[in-house]
Amino acid sequence: MEVNKSLIQDVNVVEITGDLDGSTAPNVQAEIIPLVTPEAKLILDLSKVGYMSSSGLRMLLVTYRMITGKSGKVILVGLSEEIQDTMSMTGFLDFFTYLPTLDDALKAIV
Amino acid sequence: MERIDAYPTHEYEGFKLRPGKPFPFGATFVPGGVNFSIYSSHASTCKLVLFDKGQPQPKVEIPFPEEFKIGDVFSMVVFGLEYENIEYGYRLDGPFDPQQGHRFDQTKILLDPYAKAISGRDIWGKPPNWDNIFAHRSLLVYDDFDWDKDRPLEIPMEDMVIYEMHVRSFTRHPSSGVKFPGTFAGIRQKIPYLKELGVNCIELMPIYEFDEFENSRTSPVTGETLMNYWGYSTVGFFAPKSGLAATGKMGMQVDEMKTLVKELHRNGIEVFLDVVFNHTAEGNENGPYISFKGIDNKTYYMLTPEGYYFNFSGTGNTLNCNNPVVRNIVLDCLRYWAAEYHIDGFRFDLASILGRDPLGYPLSNPPLLESLAFDPILAKCKLIAEAWDAGGLYQVGSFPAYGRWAEWNGKFRDGIRNFLRGEPGKVGDVAQRIQGSPDLYASRGPTASINFITCHDGFTLYDLVAYNDKHNEANGEGNQDGSNDNNSWNCGWEGPSTDPAVNALRLRQMKNAAAMLLVSQGVPMILMGDEITRTQKGNNNTYCQDNELNWLDWDLVNSQAELLRFFQNLIRFRLAHPVLRNRWHLINQDRIGSGYPDISWHGTQAWNPDWSSSSRVLAFMLDGKHARGGTLEDNSIYVGMNMHWDRLWFELPRLPEGKNWHVLANTGAPAPEDIWETGCEPRLDQQDGISLGGRSVVVLVSK
Repeated sequence: MEVNKSLIQDVNVVEITGDLDGSTAPNVQAEIIPLVTPEAKLILDLSKVGYMSSSGLRMLLVTYRMITGKSGKVILVGLSEEIQDTMSMTGFLDFFTYLPTLDDALKAIV
Repeated sequence: MERIDAYPTHEYEGFKLRPGKPFPFGATFVPGGVNFSIYSSHASTCKLVLFDKGQPQPKVEIPFPEEFKIGDVFSMVVFGLEYENIEYGYRLDGPFDPQQGHRFDQTKILLDPYAKAISGRDIWGKPPNWDNIFAHRSLLVYDDFDWDKDRPLEIPMEDMVIYEMHVRSFTRHPSSGVKFPGTFAGIRQKIPYLKELGVNCIELMPIYEFDEFENSRTSPVTGETLMNYWGYSTVGFFAPKSGLAATGKMGMQVDEMKTLVKELHRNGIEVFLDVVFNHTAEGNENGPYISFKGIDNKTYYMLTPEGYYFNFSGTGNTLNCNNPVVRNIVLDCLRYWAAEYHIDGFRFDLASILGRDPLGYPLSNPPLLESLAFDPILAKCKLIAEAWDAGGLYQVGSFPAYGRWAEWNGKFRDGIRNFLRGEPGKVGDVAQRIQGSPDLYASRGPTASINFITCHDGFTLYDLVAYNDKHNEANGEGNQDGSNDNNSWNCGWEGPSTDPAVNALRLRQMKNAAAMLLVSQGVPMILMGDEITRTQKGNNNTYCQDNELNWLDWDLVNSQAELLRFFQNLIRFRLAHPVLRNRWHLINQDRIGSGYPDISWHGTQAWNPDWSSSSRVLAFMLDGKHARGGTLEDNSIYVGMNMHWDRLWFELPRLPEGKNWHVLANTGAPAPEDIWETGCEPRLDQQDGISLGGRSVVVLVSK
């Protein structure tokens, strides 16, 4: 599990590599929490996430609630078909804006 | 501030513990850990058995220390568990004395009766490992679903149109075109179909975790595996069946099912569950230990004085529902589904069992039924009883209702079927059924009556008009299973026919049935696929068939568009006209001075119905000014039913000056003139009468 954070203009981009499950989700959450500031703009790049468990999905929704609670925005990019299906069937996808690529997200989040 | 109870006080083999809270039962997340609580009136000791997910052997068995037990309840907090990777169960010790009702066996690991999700049958039909020492394992579940603004819809009972379906059957057929066939997610993809049909409620056949491999065997006829397909045999009352969820293999069936409920609600569709509290999957003394049998056999099951299992359910055992402890688990269960899943109503399988005392005698004031009727969380849930059981109790019309309970009206089914197939002398009975069965539900109103002609038990609508006799050979029981009282008529040929006249008559008979169902007072229920001629090839008991006998063939949506359109337009018509959906019984009198009785009866002559024993003809008129007891003004509606084989002239009751009869439906007319869209009904040329074909129904509306 690897978390790469970068700042592109005023947008925080967090790229996650590896599986997102009960053992890794708390660490990712800890990395994201400092980025949750008022009106924060956050892009989560999940194109290198292989498997996402229930804990991983819950971590995403917690992030969404934290960010929107501070009037911020969050966009997901690079969802694999399998993750997108799982998120759709379990309702998590309903909450998110999700786009194919980082470029798309950077244009959309402004 | 940190909580004191977030810290452990005990330790066992490296696991940090502290005394738990007896309430709530089951496994609950608390700061830093999980609270496990289980009760048994007769166990001497109890161990919590923890597995890493999927492992054959436990990782630890933690005995509940003496001081962790209050009353009969063992409770303990275990800290630092990774919730996704834990499966748990219990090992209890106590007497093995079957004559006294005790069957404790400490070689067995037992499922938590309060388990909110269960592994072991994660993917439907995948053969299990029969050597597994713990087949059905309890999982930990977060009750943290994000419902946004959703809550149960609370559609008034009189406005409901129910569609009974099996989750797997609805989309399992390859023609369904959904991405994940046979699942909750599959239903979600088909919501547009349900909306177009017009129903506002789906009633799901069992979705509590069951074992599709229970009593599985090979069909001597087809060689296929026969399964516990319908699922009327519960393993866990708090868990949605994993194999009905596309995400069950990831343990996310809870989220998937809640997402389905939320999406249905967003589309104005309620969700009822068919719940089976009368028995469990543990069978009799020869059946497996899954949960209750090893936790507290004597409390949970109705036992004979010799310690054998009573069998009022016809399936081996009977849950002891009027024991106070068992009553509580039923109540906890329904509250859980209402509060956590936003379920709108429940249909209780063989509900009469729930009114028997621990020795099997029917109670006049059954505490369980009363508790459910007055429960604050269930206050707006619809409660529907299948008001009979396999032990001979038949309570249609007399089920203890407490002003709350509705019933599956078996007499509606039988009465309409007999009339439909042309039995003479049924018109008096049919008049009662059409009014919402005031003879059965005088004080309860028409909404106590769930009207149906077909349900999962018995023939589909198509089979009702295509078969005289059941054809259950594929079930491997020598055609001995299933009901013999089908009151069906094959229209002249048994089974599929190439004769256009036979097929035309069948189509007309299905339309006649739909019309009678949807113009009756009470709550109509449609069986999945009846609107597009789903057939079970004459099998009237497909409980074990995981194949096309149950799966809905979606190609029928196109090939049977005529019947589908007929259903769609009739449902819309019903929902547009409150005069068809009264809350209180009609009284056959003019109570508001409109000049017409609220309902009036007619025959081939207006105002002169033929109630004789040879009659096959009945017509009625609902006065629009009497809608909802005269509180709403609606159009008047006339329905003429000619179940005689000859064409007959029906004289029509005269309308007030300025009003004319218009045709909504005439099953005797060829499509597309068999039915019109609500609001677009054409004026009837001749206002004083209509020539109605043999075995045909006409529905007219005044404008």
